[in-house]
Amino acid sequence: MPLEPAICLCNATASLGGRPVLGGIDLKVERGEVVALLGANGSGKSTTVRAVVGQVPLTSGGIELFGAPIHRFKQWQRIGYVPQRSTAASGVPASVREVVASGRLSRTRLRPLGRGDRAAVDRALELVGMRGHARDSVNQLSGGQHQRVLIARALAGEPELLIMDEPLAGVDLASQRILADALREQVAEGTSVLLVLHELGPLQPLIDRTVVLKSGLVEKIYGRSEARDAAAVHDLACHPHPDPESEPDRTGLLT
Amino acid sequence: MNFLEPAFMQRALLAALLVGIAAPAVGIYLVQRRQAIMGDGIGHVALTGVALGFLMQTNPVWTAVLVASAGAVIMELIRSYGKTRGDLALAMLFYGGMAGGVMLINLAPDGSTANLTTYLFGSVTTVADSDVVAISWLSVFVLLVTLGLRRQLFAVCQDEEFAKVTGLPVRALNLLLAVTAAVTVTVAMRVVGLLLVSALMVIPVATSQQLARGFAVTLAGAIALGVVTTLSGTVFSYYVDVPPGASIVLLAIALFALVTALATPLARRRAKAMKDGGDGAREPVAAARA
Repeated sequence: MPLEPAICLCNATASLGGRPVLGGIDLKVERGEVVALLGANGSGKSTTVRAVVGQVPLTSGGIELFGAPIHRFKQWQRIGYVPQRSTAASGVPASVREVVASGRLSRTRLRPLGRGDRAAVDRALELVGMRGHARDSVNQLSGGQHQRVLIARALAGEPELLIMDEPLAGVDLASQRILADALREQVAEGTSVLLVLHELGPLQPLIDRTVVLKSGLVEKIYGRSEARDAAAVHDLACHPHPDPESEPDRTGLLT
Repeated sequence: MNFLEPAFMQRALLAALLVGIAAPAVGIYLVQRRQAIMGDGIGHVALTGVALGFLMQTNPVWTAVLVASAGAVIMELIRSYGKTRGDLALAMLFYGGMAGGVMLINLAPDGSTANLTTYLFGSVTTVADSDVVAISWLSVFVLLVTLGLRRQLFAVCQDEEFAKVTGLPVRALNLLLAVTAAVTVTVAMRVVGLLLVSALMVIPVATSQQLARGFAVTLAGAIALGVVTTLSGTVFSYYVDVPPGASIVLLAIALFALVTALATPLARRRAKAMKDGGDGAREPVAAARA
């Protein structure tokens, strides 16, 4: 019998502040699969991801994580979450290691860190190339380094499913490559991934399926072989060339 | 060391020591969450609790703990539900706490607003034996929570959404932190006073974080600064005969100014070194350590 999918959204609708944002989304992430969500700003990518981690309540439809309805799902240690990076620095300094170690709480909960936990934190730091910065304050890092720390924090819990909201936003090329390598390693070990992207970029070779959202609905799904098309379509839709002749809404590619 | 001789000073110094540890230990989480003002709000609400103690003729410390905790829980609920008019609701709570205190104290048998003064600004001479017992037990509770659950509270205050997705009981931790802050306010009110307690939760943290790069170091530094200021402020008040709240807070501010003056060139040099060296200069170190 095949394993239940890591994520299964069934006709999911959600509203933010009374405004409907998701209009009935069906989305499945199988075990070991890497699925990218693309779409213009306001298309519902982030809301979808936040609904999957239980931070946006659905108005109808359902979400299952590893086969369990989300309201009954308790095994949060199986999930590594990378929220959208906020630029606001926290009020009190925190070291890179302290932030990454907080990702281990999904396994330790209220008990203290053991030797195995500290080793997992070290591995996560190593994986994103931040071990040498472990004692630095996160407030002094560049955007790319900060994003690497947030990903290490998710990896510290040794998750089976990574859920990432714009992990490459504001990340320099060097950091993008490091993150792509780290992600490749995770995927090779069988980790499933759902990630929101603005463009496929250096992650393209890893992505099994690309789901394009528009106005809170799934507009198109591209398989692995069509990734190049997906990237092209998305580039036209989200980053229109400054050519007055080719208005993005009339290219016909999206219909 | 003749300030150690009177029994009231021994009690006051013990209370000051406990306050110096407890206030920054809670305050660091409030500062981290940019809620530095919460201690002030709880202080206002606790005033109603103090007056209630006078009215019921029991030790005001215990009634203050109850009323301040209720106020802190309401503040936390307003915060977590993110009501758009939340700031107004909080303001009402502050005013109501203050007005309720003044109303109740004047209803109490031979009570007058003057009874509240020692609670508003602290007092060296009036810390009773029963106060010391109450303060000690409450401090034990505060330290168990703030140090024992350090990593969990850090995660919740650093990134609440992430903490929820790790499966931590975030709502329970938030309520526990609110109650702990309320207990700390009551612990501190005999020494620094309700109007100045928030300063002791915030200023040592603000001073310490200028020198530290991590949370644990900031916490340790803030507690050390808290203890130094409460003890020396209390001794100063013994000799000069002013409310200890005033001398403790002014001392804390002076230390903050001093550390800022010393730390600014240091921070500038550190930033310049980061910029000049950049990642290139640091990576070999990283490789060597790994």
